[in-house]
Amino acid sequence: MAVTLDQTIAQKQHTFVSRVLSSQTFWVVIAVILACLFLSFATDAFATQKNLYNITRNITFVAIVALGMTFVIITGGIDLSVGSVLCLCSMVLAVTMHAGYSIEVGILASIATALAIGAFNGVLIAYLGFPPFVVTLGMLSVARSLAMVASNNTVVFQFGPDHDKLLALGGGAWVFGIANPVLYMILLALITGFILRWTKFGRHIFAIGGNEHAATLTGVPVRQIKVAVYMISALSAGVAGIIQTGWLGAVTTNLGTGMELQVIAATVIGGANLAGGVGTAFGAIVGAALIEVIRNSLGLLGINAFWQGTFIGGAILLAVLFDRIRNFRRSD
Amino acid sequence: MSVLELANISKHFGAIQAVNDVSFTLEAGEVVGLMGDNGAGKSTLVKMIAGNFRPSHGTMRMDDKELILHKPVEARQHGIEIVHQDLALCNNLTAAANVYLGRELRRGVGPFRILDYAAMYKRAGQIFAELKSETRPRDLVKQMSGGQRQAVAIARTMLSQAKIVLMDEPTAAISVRQVAEVLNLIRHLRDQGIAVVLISHRMPDVFDVADRVIVMRRGRKVADKKIASSSPEEVTGLITGAIEQVA
Repeated sequence: MAVTLDQTIAQKQHTFVSRVLSSQTFWVVIAVILACLFLSFATDAFATQKNLYNITRNITFVAIVALGMTFVIITGGIDLSVGSVLCLCSMVLAVTMHAGYSIEVGILASIATALAIGAFNGVLIAYLGFPPFVVTLGMLSVARSLAMVASNNTVVFQFGPDHDKLLALGGGAWVFGIANPVLYMILLALITGFILRWTKFGRHIFAIGGNEHAATLTGVPVRQIKVAVYMISALSAGVAGIIQTGWLGAVTTNLGTGMELQVIAATVIGGANLAGGVGTAFGAIVGAALIEVIRNSLGLLGINAFWQGTFIGGAILLAVLFDRIRNFRRSD
Repeated sequence: MSVLELANISKHFGAIQAVNDVSFTLEAGEVVGLMGDNGAGKSTLVKMIAGNFRPSHGTMRMDDKELILHKPVEARQHGIEIVHQDLALCNNLTAAANVYLGRELRRGVGPFRILDYAAMYKRAGQIFAELKSETRPRDLVKQMSGGQRQAVAIARTMLSQAKIVLMDEPTAAISVRQVAEVLNLIRHLRDQGIAVVLISHRMPDVFDVADRVIVMRRGRKVADKKIASSSPEEVTGLITGAIEQVA
């Protein structure tokens, strides 16, 4: 029977199931579930309400920043400054509130700081052609230093008149006993997923990561979009900083040190490609979850904490290995 | 009335004179082959028509109105479409996404507008059918053959009512059968009254499909004549400089 041209064109090559099975994110989800099942049986402490509450909440800070990082990584960029920006934004919030301003003013100042830093990074990268690695490496140093300047390198733990409001914002559990940070994370993940899949902006982000030259030639506003993604990344760090401040109840200038690496690890484990063009919101969350489950399990299983780095590093390599194997098969 | 008229167009980059005092006209429904050796100024000339560069001197007129282009988007708004030599495709996106890149269809109201996947798949599928190309709108461009990739790039020019389609080496990297497909497509565009500028190194393609040939050498136009009154030997001579210039 002859197949007409129209039939060929209308044919869908991949079913929903085959697409899911071939995604790295799916296998990482399986890994997380298996790890959780194993830990529930192997230890008494894992499947307790308190431990699960802790895990889900600990995931959120890395996950929220990873959502922002996903935008940057899809365009083929990188943002190394997120840990320092998180610290600076926390500090701006803390210092502003400590000086007697309300929580609204504090959050506004903190968000404005984040957006200004993101815009600065973005303009250097998009308009002046600096390599993202270099610009954000510089900002990593600058933002941390500014946080020290702002606080005179002290610990801030009194947040003025709205002290309790801030602690409730980050430390409370307003809905069904789910920690507030988890709710923020879910909300932000939904927004991120929507933007990436359903908006023109999201489509253009993928286009830039796939072939920046092509995006420019077809009239995609590449520069503006690049500035926007670095602003989103810094904003996500700022938001995570605000929530973390409320949760911790104190801000020190080493908050978020080394966090950029965890965040990048989470995005990559979740299926984002550092070469650009690939990444999902769900992947960022799942990647963050896997890292946290590994950390938590090592503690519960009584394995020396010094091994943490080895296991997390192993997870990064393993996740990417799956991706390589799939690509080898395809290219055969 | 000519659809596009170039008058004394020049372009220099610093001390380098890429295009030097070139004039020609383009009529609706004609295919013009633009030939010349590497560095003769073909691409620079085409990029000025496509809005990538602004001419240093000279004017362009479209339908007897002066045409000043600052950006590629403006050229597109005037009905000038270009198929780039590297095709300008994003491998990580689907065929339909590539066809609509930069002019995505959306549905909804005001700020709440979302991508209209269904409509883009449908229209892209129709265009591929029209092009007689076995290209599936939902497939990633990464997995496609040279001919399919060409079809995706050409499909872009058919989204809107183009007046001029500029094609930069469309037959350079594809199989013989696909060359025939692309040449058919060029005739298809011509029959709709579109002016096609075909930049090519391949003499047989130009003599097969073009009505007129313009030859450039070292930034200057050295020939502009009907295909019927020229020959591959003459054009080769003009490209290499063995023949200085013809009227």
